[in-house]
Parts: sequence; structure tokens; C-alpha cells
Amino acid sequence: MSMNNSEWKPKIVAFCCNWCSYAGADLAGSSRLAYPADVKIIRVPCSCRVNPMFILRAFQKGADGVILCGCHPGDCHYSTGNYYARRRMTTLFSMLDFLGVEKNRTHVEWVSAAEGVKFSATMNKFIEQVRELGPNVRLEDIRCKQN
Amino acid sequence: MQAELIARAKALLADGTVARVLGWRKGDTDFNAEPAVFETAESLDEFVYDGFCGANLSKYMIKNSKLEGKTLVFLKPCDTYSFNQLIKENRINRDNTYIIAVGCYGKLDINKIKAAGNKAILSVAEEGATLKIHTAYGDAEMAREEAVLDRCKVCKGGKHVVYDELASFVDEEKPAAEGRFDEVKKLEAMKPEERFAFWQGELSRCIRCNACRNVCPACSCIKCIFDNNNYDAAQKVNTSSFEEQMFHIIRAWHVAGRCTDCGECSRVCPENIPLHLLNRKFISDINEFYGEFQAGEDTTSRAPLTNFTTDDVEPSIVKERG
Ligand code: SF4
Ligand code: SF4
Ligand code: SF4
Repeated sequence: MSMNNSEWKPKIVAFCCNWCSYAGADLAGSSRLAYPADVKIIRVPCSCRVNPMFILRAFQKGADGVILCGCHPGDCHYSTGNYYARRRMTTLFSMLDFLGVEKNRTHVEWVSAAEGVKFSATMNKFIEQVRELGPNVRLEDIRCKQN
Repeated sequence: MQAELIARAKALLADGTVARVLGWRKGDTDFNAEPAVFETAESLDEFVYDGFCGANLSKYMIKNSKLEGKTLVFLKPCDTYSFNQLIKENRINRDNTYIIAVGCYGKLDINKIKAAGNKAILSVAEEGATLKIHTAYGDAEMAREEAVLDRCKVCKGGKHVVYDELASFVDEEKPAAEGRFDEVKKLEAMKPEERFAFWQGELSRCIRCNACRNVCPACSCIKCIFDNNNYDAAQKVNTSSFEEQMFHIIRAWHVAGRCTDCGECSRVCPENIPLHLLNRKFISDINEFYGEFQAGEDTTSRAPLTNFTTDDVEPSIVKERG
């Protein structure tokens, strides 16, 4: 099936920390700041709750891009969770790149509860980035048995 | 070498210093020595120490160090890093162990000897720098150097980082080999689609035998997530094409910062999948992002992924470095 990139809408999974970016998303919504409905937000108690399996599963279940949003470094509700998340995501993203998965399909952004504008801008930018790549095939059936 | 180790083991058993000995014995053939526990002097006559003793005995010490009395274990230089790492993770009771550090001249890879054209091998004798291969079709020779395991070509050096006594044939000064990350760099220099094709070709051969996990000293979890039916990752490989690569990414990630690069995973893989490249990628990233780190070098430092600094690099570095 060939797909025209202009009509195709990427599916994005956004893991958002309850204490900051989830509230930031709320603020973006109540301020009527637009971001596409194809962003599916999954609320997590902290950015460090996101285990690498969450990211891989999201891709397997059909996401074209996965973004993780948490509190700015230094502002974690649990003091240090986002510092651990930062190391985890850095190493994981680098490994995905090493396996040949396009690096623009993953992203981390620190968004506070007051940053509704930043939330909407981040999502719009990320969607654009993923749209350019087209549908995710490499991580959907990552084994892709060779014929 | 072997006679010296047997004599020491017998002496330590006889004077009651240790209650048992963990070493290697002859396997089904002359060239696949296997880990074994010896409890009597007579049984030690089966003890083997030769070029085929690649098996790292550290992981077996998790169980043995919990038994009554001390266990004597023989460790090669690279094995001692795994041992230290297990002490750090509170998996081995050091008080119940007695370590004899053994020297190593590189362990042999029977597949390389076979690949050199030797069929129906009956035995392999090591004579200095030469291997004398006895086969059903006659005898052959090859340079020992051509048959050593890949991991030994990038040896961390002759130093033992933990031991109670040194065997006479150790060379603590043997330098580390260069080029541990060369293969990783070669892959990094490829285009993403080439890398994807490379890994697709490698990982699609995996039969999910779990040997890489079972042998790994860092994979010492009491209940591995891949065995835990309460987790959605358990033994799914047969039903979903995605699970296989997930297994490799997650396993490599779980051991990142704890993997000593002992090379056992690649050695045991029946499909010859270069698993060490996944581990070394994490090691080289950790070195680059968080400073040089060698797991198992000591028993106190914090593992890089259970640590942080407030000014760590952002995940966007992966895109920025091109
Ligand atoms: S992942 Fe492989 S190299 Fe690393 S500790 Fe485990 S068996 Fe050794
Ligand atoms: S794969 Fe992960 S959970 Fe399983 S034994 Fe290894 S480290 Fe533990
Ligand atoms: S040892 Fe090799 S074949 Fe077996 S599970 Fe590991 S990678 Fe797959």
C-alpha cells in the first residue's frame, strides 16, 4: 500500500508526567492552543516511570513516534526521577539509532505545568518531524524476518 | 598448569580450607570443557584446565557461596570482573569464597578450528603457539592465535581484580588489547538503513534459546522479566515477531552499566549472533556520556544507570552528534 505523506497522519504516543507536562497539556487544551488529536497522551506518575519496554511496546502497537515529557531537571516532584529518566532515554535512544531505527521518532522534552504554549509547540514540531519520516515500519515488526 | 591447580585444590580440600571446588571438567568431547563442582580428592582427577575452559565460573558462585563452608573457584582475569560485579550487587557472599587466579593465553573457539577445514575432530592438543588437531581423516596443525575467541582478541589484560592467591602461571602485567570498540565504530559509520539490515540479518536467526541470558553473570535476577508470567514480555517470542528484538534490546539495556564485557553471551550463542556489539555500544556510550567506566573493576562505585549528575547530556545528543 503506498501512502501519500500529505494525507497520512502520524500516530504519536506522549508519555506525560502527572505533575508537569500532563498539566501543561491541560493548560494547552483550556487555552485553546491547537495540537493534533493524533497525539495520544499516557499519564505517568513521573518521567522515570517510563521503562524502555513502554517505548518499544508503543511502537509495536502502531505508534509512529514516541515522546516523553517530564518536569524540568531540578523540578521533579520526587526530586530526582527525571535525572534517571534522562540517562535511561539517552542510552535507549542511542541504542535504537544503533539498530537503525530513525532517531527522529523519539524525543524527550521538559515541559512544566505552566508551559501550555511550549507543550503545543513541542507536539506540533514533533509531529512534523515524524511526518517527514513516514509510517514506522522498522519498529512495528522489528524482526522483519528476511525473505 | 592443570597439574598445579589440581594439587592446590586437593591441598585446600584436605586441610579443610574449602568444602568444595568449582572448576572445569572434560565435557562430551575433548574440546568442550564444562563447569563442574568437585567435592572429593578423587573426583579432582577429572579436573581440566586448557584452552577450552572459556566458561566464566563467576555466576555459579551465586549458589555455591550460599552453601556451608567455602568454595574454591578458579577465575581467569576477565572472570574476576564479573565476580566483583556480583559482589557489588550483593549476589555473592565473598566470605564463603576462595579464589585462585589463573593465567590465560586466550581461550579457543572450536568453530574457528572447524572453519579452517577440520572435519570430524577427535581431539585438539595445544603445543605452545601451535594447535595439533587430530581428526578422523588425519592430523592437521594450525596457529593457536588463529583459533582464539573474538573476545580474547580484545582482552582487558592479565590483571585479576579480585583473588586470594595467584597461580604460578599468571601474567598480571599483560596489557589490554587495543580496538575493543572498532566493530561498534564501523557500524556507527554505516547508514541507518544499512545498520537496520545488518541487525535484521543477525537477530532474525535468534531461536530464543535464552542461552545468552542464562550464561550472563549480570543476568542474575531471581525472576527474569522474560520468565515472569505476570509481565507481558514472558516467553512471547513464539507468538509475536516483535518480541525477539525486544528481548535483545531490553536484555542489553538491563545489563548496561553492569555488563563487564566478559563475552560469554556471544560465546554461547548457537547462532553466532554478535551480542557483544549491543553491550559494547552501551559501554562506549556510557564512556562518552558519563565518563570512562568499567563494570566490575571495583565493588563500590555506583553503576552509571543508577546514578546521575545534574548537568548530564540531554537525550537530544543522539540527534545532534549526527
Ligand atoms: S551481557 Fe554478555 S558480555 Fe556482558 S556480562 Fe553478560 S554475558 Fe558477559
Ligand atoms: S534480561 Fe533483564 S530481567 Fe532478565 S535476567 Fe537479564 S537483567 Fe534480569
Ligand atoms: S543465545 Fe543466541 S539464539 Fe539463543 S536467545 Fe541468545 S541470541 Fe538468541
